[in-house]
Amino acid sequence: MKSITGRFGIFGGQYVPETVMNALIELEKEFNAAIQDEDFMQEYRYYLREYAGRPTPLYFAQNLTEKLSGAKVYLKREDLNHTGAHKINNVLGQILLAKRMGKKRVIAETGAGQHGVATATGAAMFGMQCEIFMGKEDVRRQALNVFRMRLLGAKVHSVESGTGTLKDAVNEAIRDWVTRIEDTFYVMGSVVGPHPYPTIVREFQKVIGEEARAQILEKEGRLPDYVIACVGGGSNAMGIFHPFYHDKQVKLIGVEAAGLGLETGKHAATMAKGSVGVLHGMKTLLLQDSEGQVMPVHSISAGLDYPGVGPEHAYYKEIGRAEYVAVTDREAVEAFVELSRTEGIIPALESAHAVAYALKLVPQLPKDKIVIVNLSGRGDKDVETVASLPEVEV
Amino acid sequence: MNMMDLTMNRIDMVFNDLREKGSKALITYITAGDPNLGATADLIIEMEKAGADIIELGIPYSDPLADGPVIQRASARALNNGIKIADIMNMVRSVRQATQIPLIYLVYYNSVFKYGIDRFVKEAHDVGIDGIIIPDLPLEERGEVFDITKQYGIHLIPLVAPTSHQRIPKIVENAGGFVYCVSTTGVTGERDEIQTNIKDYMEEVSRYTDMPKAIGFGISNPDMASQLKDYCDGIIIGSAIVSLIEKAASRDEMLDSVYRFIRGVKRVL
Repeated sequence: MKSITGRFGIFGGQYVPETVMNALIELEKEFNAAIQDEDFMQEYRYYLREYAGRPTPLYFAQNLTEKLSGAKVYLKREDLNHTGAHKINNVLGQILLAKRMGKKRVIAETGAGQHGVATATGAAMFGMQCEIFMGKEDVRRQALNVFRMRLLGAKVHSVESGTGTLKDAVNEAIRDWVTRIEDTFYVMGSVVGPHPYPTIVREFQKVIGEEARAQILEKEGRLPDYVIACVGGGSNAMGIFHPFYHDKQVKLIGVEAAGLGLETGKHAATMAKGSVGVLHGMKTLLLQDSEGQVMPVHSISAGLDYPGVGPEHAYYKEIGRAEYVAVTDREAVEAFVELSRTEGIIPALESAHAVAYALKLVPQLPKDKIVIVNLSGRGDKDVETVASLPEVEV
Repeated sequence: MNMMDLTMNRIDMVFNDLREKGSKALITYITAGDPNLGATADLIIEMEKAGADIIELGIPYSDPLADGPVIQRASARALNNGIKIADIMNMVRSVRQATQIPLIYLVYYNSVFKYGIDRFVKEAHDVGIDGIIIPDLPLEERGEVFDITKQYGIHLIPLVAPTSHQRIPKIVENAGGFVYCVSTTGVTGERDEIQTNIKDYMEEVSRYTDMPKAIGFGISNPDMASQLKDYCDGIIIGSAIVSLIEKAASRDEMLDSVYRFIRGVKRVL
C-alpha cells in the first residue's frame, strides 16, 4: 500500500486529514488535464504577458559587476512583475485552475504579503471571493501589503496562534480549507504542502528559469556558471532552478535566512540545521526538536521566516544538485542598501539574501564566469523595516 | 518474536459488551498534560467513573492542524509545561494499574515519525495503550504504521469523512477497533448543529464494514449525542470537555464539572 505519489526521493507525500484527500486527488487530476490543454496554457501565457508583464528582463548589473570585480552579474528582474514579485506567476496559474474547477472562493497564506497581494489581485480580476491568512507578527511588519490586500477587496485574517508567522498562517489556511472544502480553492504560495501543490507551484514558476536560460544564451551565447536564489519555502528558487536541472555545469545555490546567526538558534536555516519530519502535509527537512515539535524560527524577512522547505529542495540537497547556504539579517540588510545605491534597485529583504551571497561569492570568481541572481521581489514593502534599524542611515 | 497479544484488545471488548447491552459507547478526549499530567491521570479515573467507555489522550503538538482553537490552546498549555512523550507514557503506565478502560492516543504523525514509529508503538503497547489515531495520516501514507500497530496488537483507528465516499472501502479494509466518522468538514470544536446528512453518511459507511462506528467532531451536549446515537455505535466528545478543563478554577471544580458533563451525556446513550 506504500504510495510513491508525489515523492521527490523520500520527500513530499500527502500527510493531511482524510477530509481533504478527495479534493487533492481532484486537484491533481484537473491540474494534469489543464497543463496538457493548449487552450488553458495559452490563457495562462496570455495573462503572464499582458497582465503580469512578462517576460521580465535579465539585466546585466554593470555597476555591481565593476565594483565586485569578479564574475559578471545578471539580475533576473522578477521584481518588475505586476504586484512586485514572482508570486503572481503561480497565482495566475492557480486562479485559472480554480476557475476551471468552478470555485468561487479562494484562500491563501502569506508571509511577507507578496503572495497574499498576488492572490487578492488575481481574485479581484476574476471576480472571486478572497480571504488571506497572515501571522499577526507579519501583519505588523508588512503593514503596506496588508493595506494593499484590503484595497484589492480581500479579507485579511490576522493569525494569533503559535508564533504568529508564516507557519501558523499555513496551519490556519489548511484549517479553513478543511472546513470549506466544497467551495474553496486553496492557492498555495510556495513549493510546499501536500502533493500535488509542490509540483503545481513549480510548474507555474518555472517560467522564471525558462526565460532566464533563453535570455542568457542570447546575451552570452552560453549557460551561466551560477544561479543564486533565496529560499524560504522555495518557490522563486525552484522556479529558476528547475529549467537548469539537466545543465549539470550550472551550479544552483539556494540562500536561506541565518537570522541572527546559525549558532544563536534564531534563524530559519532549515537546510543547514533541519532534520527529516512532516509539516503542512509534506515530508521534508524541518527545524524541530527531538520530539518533532516545530521550533520557532527567526528572520528579518517575513517571506523566509519558515521552519520547513519545499520537498523538492530537500531532494536537490540530498542528491547534491543544489547547494544551500545561509546569510544573516545583517548581511541581507547590507545587500539591500548596496543594491539600492549601486544599481538603483531596491530589492525585497528576501531577495536581498540572494544578493548578499552574490556579494560574497562574485569577487572570488574569475571575470569570465557568469552569475545570475534571482531578484524575486522589490523592496518597497520593507523600506519601513530597514529604515527603523539603527545601523542604517537613510 | 510475534508481538500479537493473545488476549482481546480492550476496545473490542467494550464494543462487544455494549452491543450486548444495546447501548452506545461514550468516547471522551482530553489533551495529556493539560493542565498537568497529574490532572490527566485523575481525569482518566474520574471520566471512567462518570461513564466514559473509552478515553482518547491527545499528545500535545506544536502544529495541530486538525484541531480548532480549544484543543490548540490545550496543546499549547501542555507544551508550556514541558510535557514529553516519555512523561505521557509513564503516566499511562501508572494509570493502567488502576483501570482497564481502553486508552487511545491521538497523535499527529510527526510526533510518531520523529520518535521512531516502532519505538512509539512498542512503548504505547507496553504501557497499556489499545489504539492510536493519527489525524494527518491518510490511507496513502499509513502503510508502515498500519503494519507495526498490527504487530503489537494495537488498533490504528481509521478515519472517514463526509467527503470520503469511494475511499471508504479501502480505508476500513483490514482495520480494527472502530471507524472514526468525522461528522462534518472542518476541525475539532463545539458546534450548535451538524450540517451533514448523518443518516445517508452512516449508511454509506455501514455498506462497507461491520466494525463499530463512532461519530466525532462538533458534538457539544447530550441533546446532540441523543440525536446522533441511533446512527452509530459510539459518540466522541473532545472540545466540550477540554473547554470545561480550561474554565475550571481549581482541581476539584475541574473534576466535578467534567464528571457531571459526562454523566449527562452517558445518560442519553
